[in-house]
Formats: sequence, structure tokens, C-alpha cells
Amino acid sequence: MTTEGNNRSRILLIGLVAVAVIILCKLFYIQIVDDKYKINASNNSMVYDIIYPTRGIIYDRNGKINVSNKVTYDILVTPREVTPFDTLLLASTLDVAPDFIRDKMAEYEKNKKKIGYQSMVMLKQIKPETYMKFAELQYNFPGFRGQVRSIRDYPVNAGGNLLGYVSEVDQKYIEAHPGEYRPGDYAGKTGIEAAREKDLRGEKGYHIYLRNSRNQIEQRYKDGEMDKEAVPGHDIVTTIDADLQQYGQQLMQNKVGSLVAIEPKTGEILSLVSSPGVDVSMLADISQHYNEIIKDPHKPMFNRAVQAPYPPGSVFKLVNGLIGLQEGTLNMDMAYPCYQGYHFGSHKLGCHSHRSPLKLEEAIMMSCNGYFCYVLKNILENKKYKNIDEALDKWHDYVQSFGFGRKLGSDFPAELGGTLPTSNLYNKRYGKGGWKFTTIISISIGQGEVGVTPLQIANLAATVANRGWYRIPHIVKASEGVEIEQKYYDKQYTMVDTTNFKKVIRGMWRAVNNGPGTGCTAAIAEVKGLDICGKTGTAQNPRGADNSVFICFAPMDDPKIAVAAYVENAGFGATWAAPIASLLIEKYLNGESARPDLEKRVMEGNLMSRVKAYN
Amino acid sequence: MGNFSDRGVKQSIDWKLVISYLLLILIGWVNIYASIHSEGPASIFDFNFRCGKQFVWILTAFVIAAVILFVINPQFWESASLPMYLFVLVLLVVVIFVSKDVKGSHSWFEFGPVKFQPAEISKITTSLLLATLMSQTNFRITRLKDFLMAAIIIGVPMLVILAESETGSALVYVGFIFVMYREGFSGWWIFSIGMAILLFILTLTASPYVSLLVLIGILIVASAISSGKIGALFWINLGILLLFCLLPWILGKAVDPESFIGKIKPVYILIGICICAVPYLLFRGYRERKRYISLSTLGLVAGIALIFSTDFIFNNILQDHQRKRIEVLLGMKEDPSGVGYNVNQSMIAIGSGGFSGKGFLNGTQTTFGFVPEQSTDFIFCTVGEEWGFVGCLVVILLYVFLIWRIIVDAEKSREAFTRIYGYCVASCIFMHLFINIGMTIGLMPVIGIPLPLLSYGGSSLWAFTVLIFIFIALYRQEKKYY
Repeated sequence: MTTEGNNRSRILLIGLVAVAVIILCKLFYIQIVDDKYKINASNNSMVYDIIYPTRGIIYDRNGKINVSNKVTYDILVTPREVTPFDTLLLASTLDVAPDFIRDKMAEYEKNKKKIGYQSMVMLKQIKPETYMKFAELQYNFPGFRGQVRSIRDYPVNAGGNLLGYVSEVDQKYIEAHPGEYRPGDYAGKTGIEAAREKDLRGEKGYHIYLRNSRNQIEQRYKDGEMDKEAVPGHDIVTTIDADLQQYGQQLMQNKVGSLVAIEPKTGEILSLVSSPGVDVSMLADISQHYNEIIKDPHKPMFNRAVQAPYPPGSVFKLVNGLIGLQEGTLNMDMAYPCYQGYHFGSHKLGCHSHRSPLKLEEAIMMSCNGYFCYVLKNILENKKYKNIDEALDKWHDYVQSFGFGRKLGSDFPAELGGTLPTSNLYNKRYGKGGWKFTTIISISIGQGEVGVTPLQIANLAATVANRGWYRIPHIVKASEGVEIEQKYYDKQYTMVDTTNFKKVIRGMWRAVNNGPGTGCTAAIAEVKGLDICGKTGTAQNPRGADNSVFICFAPMDDPKIAVAAYVENAGFGATWAAPIASLLIEKYLNGESARPDLEKRVMEGNLMSRVKAYN
Repeated sequence: MGNFSDRGVKQSIDWKLVISYLLLILIGWVNIYASIHSEGPASIFDFNFRCGKQFVWILTAFVIAAVILFVINPQFWESASLPMYLFVLVLLVVVIFVSKDVKGSHSWFEFGPVKFQPAEISKITTSLLLATLMSQTNFRITRLKDFLMAAIIIGVPMLVILAESETGSALVYVGFIFVMYREGFSGWWIFSIGMAILLFILTLTASPYVSLLVLIGILIVASAISSGKIGALFWINLGILLLFCLLPWILGKAVDPESFIGKIKPVYILIGICICAVPYLLFRGYRERKRYISLSTLGLVAGIALIFSTDFIFNNILQDHQRKRIEVLLGMKEDPSGVGYNVNQSMIAIGSGGFSGKGFLNGTQTTFGFVPEQSTDFIFCTVGEEWGFVGCLVVILLYVFLIWRIIVDAEKSREAFTRIYGYCVASCIFMHLFINIGMTIGLMPVIGIPLPLLSYGGSSLWAFTVLIFIFIALYRQEKKYY
């Protein structure tokens, strides 16, 4: 037993030494051989003092500042450096309740371990005056300091939704953009601020300092050699006309809908109103108003102009007419009867009363439903095609060439494509051969399965103004240091020839300028000398009264502006949409309106009670 | 009692043990001061800080040591071992129900400002009772009944402590296996447990195939050693094994992975062969009456079972946080900010110390609060950062000397009780040392367990003082009387 025991104790002692050697080898490796840990340690003791760049300024097309920056201050606390202080004095200096400070300090005390030596933001965005008061008394409050923060400033109240807002990034946002943001950074979340975030934000800089073992900052790391200065963000010039935008917002106030104006030659968006929108005064400090905005039943953050699919209504007759002309199933001399509508079997697609029969020009002028039922019937029953499937798909291609049923490709991040029916859709719904023209008759007049955004119908107005082509609508202009994609310079041609457009435009001119009492639908939009060409629309809205729609452009021979107005639950196209669009054109081309009574009626018109809130 | 002359005391006390004990306590105290240094320059005696408190714990520990040396009759420990053991066991159970939840574990008694962990004392009482039992003249560890009694003495407090969620303290009890080994317990058992852990880790980090190959390789070598001859068969076996090592590579080259043969994984081939071989080996072992063949066959079966239940154990039996810790430890997942944060920061602190360290109070990592629990479980980080490799070497050598000295003294003792108790003390210190330092340098998972004599805390310091000084007293008594 003793010798056996000795033997075993020797084995155990050898084991002890072996374990000690293993530990020492590992220590030797991490302390002497491997440099990784020393580098990590110096990272731990380096202090990066972040310098935030100033965000780029947003100008309108005329060089007017839409969004700039202003200085505010955050109050930071380093809880470990705080000594007992006069809470009441600090509270009165900072304009807050003493309990606010007590609660904050209690919270820091609770999380003492977690906070360690970090600084916490106690108060955000205080005014420069308040900060000056604090700065004078700062020596009373060790551990407290102010930090400059620049926030957005809006000199004109124009284009809240369009501009978008900037706010602090959250965890989800940081993870979605790996390596680009850190907690405490700000980023554009919607509108131009989001779309042009990369240009606007600039590059952060930093100064590196070294800490000693007592966490005091001792010196600049390598005398500032490794420091990086902040690079300010690029300024952005938008295509928006701030005055026109502001005027459009006034016209649309207390109404739900969109108002879009485009310069036809360039595709530049002159104004884009989504109503109700977010007031710019709320944008600067969005977090304060966020709940209020989210709770609003009319969803002011929702940009209807590019995100809401609507039935286009009668303005879509233009497209069908143009396709008919191009296909040869329609010509200027064809006349169709209309007996209060188009009758098929025991059904009828109704129309208002007007004289009959009509030719194309007058059918557009008077917006005859019956006429355009024949137009689509002829397109779909064209003998050129094997069957209605093929004819409808051809029609689909035509319509798509106008920018419908797909995203236009504008520079709005959340643009919607809308919907267009194909033979596939109807075959699924009714079975192959189970549908004919009368089944889908409502698309003759822009109802049924056709869904478009206000931006798309504004683009239609621009396309007609250009007699057959458009440039993709966009809101950012190329400027120094900011480029826009080549696609915004390219002409997009429709599948319809220029000559056919000219025929339709004649009808649009007469719709506005034929004189009251002649049956033209949009006499209210007439402005002497501007030669406005337009087309009204009244689209059914399952959520209440009809939507009022109007598209137009002017002047006829050298179009400078194309407008689409879409007002929810506002009734006939001529009652609200036409005067709104007409006033906007007048303002843009003449500088001011010569029809103050109409202007007053429109601006003071309140249609909110007709609109059902979204839930 | 206590009726000795000065001269006798000086001669009979093992002063080398006492001095290494004192040195370790001093090193601990200085490093606790360094680790809390950033809270503001304070005196090392300032009772508001941990270093000041530790000073009080140290003074009281000295009083306890003196009482054990000069007041209590050493024979008391053997005679009172059973009631003390039972009393502490009751405390261990009670604490589960009355204690507050501290990071998931229920192991602290709180009397106002005083807190203590019965798990710390339980090491002492378990050692004493184990020594009492195993020093009985008719005790044979190889006898199943005796072995089971020893296992119960060790296992019961261990399980209760596990129920308190103090995995670290429970793990220390595994160290008693060294005591049993010293007293005649078969080394094969320790070897088997080691093998099981190795296979578990290999299966998780590499693949079941690799761990199967290792198992077979070790069994071939082990059989050859226990049969006493390394003949042709051994070399043939090794050759076949090598072939299997290359098998996945050969299959990958020669066979289209989409074909039928390609879908047969090498691991299935290997298992198939093993299953065919088992009955043959058992038959041969029975006919030739060769125990090692039967035993290694048994090992093979148990090993295969373990390898394929590993996945199940890992995913279904282990708790979430344990699984994460093992994954990080084995490098299966990189996680420097989550579970790996502690290990990563502690390795950065130690690694940044370099050869000679940053100097006393100049550490940046440990004082900034990057390292958690810096004065208790992670005190070794401060040593590593401020004193470097040299400091670590000194501390580890001191520990090795302490344990070595205890074992040597224990071997010299003529009393079985003193010897066995000495081994218990050595095993406890060793397990704490290995788990704690292993954790700070990434060799072990993060298991909260103090570094003996160095870490801040009265409970732990007193427990190790009592543990060591009972041994010193026992040893001195022998020297005195024989």
C-alpha cells in the first residue's frame, strides 16, 4: 500500500505540475506571443470623441432654402463625475421640473454599473438661450456639460411629407445598415431626407484621446495624427418650386387627396402635395409629435401622391382613345350614340345627358361614357387578334407604356406601381372564355381593375403635353457633387404616335375653353390667355362620395406645367379638382390668381367631414 | 489543550506552508486594492472600499487560524466530523428556500451586513467526514459498499449545491476523485471519465466520425498496453485505422456525391464494422479469458453510445446558458459581446500585461470596469495586467508549492486521517485554482468560483483558512507526539 501509495502520489504530483505547465503555456501565449490582446486593450483605453458633420441643406429649384440647420444643445451627464449639487438651481437654469432631475439621477444611480464612465444624454435639444444660462453656472455642476447638436430648420412651410424627417437611429435601423451608424446618430427616415441620406449626411469625424488608469483623458493620441475631420454633407437642390408648393398646400388644406405638378419637358416635379400632410414645425422634433402623428386617423405621414392606388376615372378615357386611334379601330369621323349611357342586355353603363351622337373631340370635351364604351369594345374585338385575351394584353402593353401598372422609377423610395388587368387575371377570375367585353366594361371609363397613383396621372398629363413621351418624374436635380441617374434624362416613348396625341389635345382644349353652356365639362378651369387643356374625372369611391379628378397642362402649344389633382370624396371632377389644378397653373404661369373669389372658395372649402377616417 | 512551549510550536508547525499562505493573502489584498483603485484614490485600509474590508477579513482569518492552531484539540475534527457534516448539509438545503436570488443562484445567507455561503464550509465538513470514513482500518475503496459510502458523502452536498445553481462550487467536488485514486481507486475510472469528456468535446467541435476514430485509436493502444505485448496485430489495427482516417477524403475524390454510394456517409461504414466486430470480440474475450478484450469492447460500446447521445445531451439536457458557455468556450460561436464578453475582456486584460506588466495601479483594463467581478472571480486579471507574465508565474508557482507541500506532508503523515484530509485540502485548492484561472484565460467555461486566498470575500477566505489550518494543526500534532 505504501509503495503503491507513493507511486500514486507521484502520478498526482506530475499531474499537478502538468496542469500548471498548461496554464503557464497559455499565459505565455496570450501575454507574450499574441499581440491581439494588446491591440484590443489600447482600443479599450482610447476615447473617440465623435464630431458630427453638418447635414446638407435642401434648396428649391429657385435657390430658396427649404431645409437648413440650426444649433441646439443636449445636456450630458457623466454620473461618476457628479458631486452633490443644488437640484433646484439646476432645474431652474434648465427650465425643467426638479423632479425630472431627481428621477434621472435616481435612474443613473440604479444603473451605475452599466453606465460606468459613459456620459448619458439627460436633456435633448434645449434652446441656445437656455444653454447660455446653463453655461454661466456650469462650474456649480461638475459632471454636467452641454454638447452642440445641429437639428433641422425649416424657413418655409412647404412640403412636409416631401422633405421627410430626420431622427435618431434605432437598433433596427443600425442593423439594417451594418457599419454605417451608431446609437446616437441621426438619419433621414422619409421623403428626400431618406432618399438622399447618403448625400446629405456627410462623414463623421473623430478626435482620439488616451485614458490613463484613472480614466482621466491624458493626451491626444499620436498628437492627433490619426484624427479625422468631419466632412459636411452635400447640399441638395430639389425640382420643387417652394412658393408653388406652399400655394398648393393652401389649396389642398382641409381636403384629403393629392396635387402633383410636373414640368413636362424635364419630368421635374414642381410641387407634390399630399393632404393632410405633416407640418414642418413638427418635423424638426418629430419624436415629440410622433404619437400625435401616428394617432391621426387621416395618416398624415402617408404620402398619397405616390403611395395611394386610386381608380383614375374619366381621365383614363384619354388613354383608351389614344390606343383606339393608334390601333386604327377609332378615327376622328366615327360617331357613336349615347342614350343616357351604353346599353347591353338588361344592363346600362350610365352617362349624363348631352346631345348624341358625338365624335371623338366632343366626346372628350363632354366626357361621354357611352362613346368610350364603344372605343374599348372596338379595341378588344379587333379582328387583328385571335381573341379578346390577346387584344386585352396588347391593350395592357399600350397602357403600360404610359407608365401605368408599374413603378415609374421616380426617386421616391416608397413609390407604388398601381394595378392593370391582364387576360390572366380575368381568366383566373371568370375562367378561360368566361368573360367578354361587357364583363370588363368599367375599364372603358377608368374604373374596375385599374389602379393608379396621382403621380402616374400627373405623368399622363405631362405625356399628353409632350405629345407622346415623358421623362421619369423626379424631385432631385443634379447639382455640384450630386448626380442623378441617367434614366431621368432619357425620353420614355409611349406606343402611340405624336399625330394621334394632337387629335386628343384638341378635345382637351375644348373641354376647358369651349365656353360655358356648350357642354364642356371644365369651363371652370379656363384662364384667358393660358390655353389650359384638361380632362375631368369622377371616380367611384367605395368609401363614400365620388373622388374628384382633374388633369391638365398649359399652355397648349408650349406646355410648361402639367398638373393632376385628386380630391377624395369631393364629387364631380369640375367642382373641386378642376379649380384647384387651374389655380395652381395660373399661379405658376402668371405669378398670382386673377380669380380671388374662386381662390377664396377653394382655400376655405372644408371637405373633411365627408371623408371617412382610415382605421 | 494549548499547553505547548514556544519552542515546540516553532519547530512543529510547517512554516513553509504558513508563509506561502501569507504571501498569497498579501498578493490578493494588494490586487484587490488595485482593482478598485479607479473609484478614487483611497487608503488601502479604507473600510468603505473592498480593500479595507478585505483587511478586516484577513485579520479575522488570522484569529481563526490561531484558534485552530492553539485552542482546539486536533482530535476534535475527527470525532465531530459527522455532526458537523449533517449540520452543514441542513444549512445547504435551508439556504435554497430562504435566500435571495443572486444572478440565478440561491446560495447566500444574509444576516444584515454579513453574508455567507454554506457551500464554502461544506468543502471542509465533507473533507473531514470523507477522511474519517476512509481512514477506518477496514475501509477498502475497491469494495463496492465502501466505495458507495464515500460516493454518497461526496455526492449529496454536491447535488444540493447544484440545486442552488452554484455549478462552480459543485464542480470542486469532482476533485475528491483524486483522493479516492490515491487511496486505491482504479485509475481506469478516472481515465474513462476523462475519455468521456474528450469524446463529448470532440463530437461537438469536430464530428462524430473523428471522435469515433479517436476512441478506437485509444482503445487499440490501451489494449496493447494492458495485454503487455505490442505485436503485429497492433500495427495492423493502426494501419486499418489510418485507412479510415483517409476514407472521407477518398470517398470525396472517387465517388460522385450524388450517386448511391456517395450518399453513404463514412461514419455509417465505421459503425457498421464496429457493430459486426462487437459479438466477435466478446466471444473471443470469453473464450480466451482475457479481461482486457471484454473491457475494451465494453468501452467501445459505451463510447459509441456516448458519441451519439452527445447531440441529445447537448441540445436537450443542458440549459440554455450552459450550452452557450460551452459553445463559446469551444470556439463554436464567436460572441465577444454576449457570453464571451467576460472571457474576452479578461483575456484582453491579462494579455495586455505582456512580460512584466504595466506596473502596480497602472492597469487600464481592470480599473475601467471592462472586466466584470474584477475583485472577486476575476482577480487574476489584475495580476496578469499589472504584473505581467512574471507576476502570473510567481502566483502559480506559489499555489503549486502550497499544494505540493500539502501532498508531501500528507504522505509523510503516519495517520491515515491526516493523509486523506491533506489530499482533500490539496484537491479543493487545485480545483479552485484550475477552474478559476482556466476561466480567466479561456481554458474553461465561465464558472463563478473564487481564486483561493486571492479573491475578495470573507466567506471564501475564512473557509480556505480553516481548511488549510486544520491540516497544519493535524500535521503538527503528529510531529508533536510521535
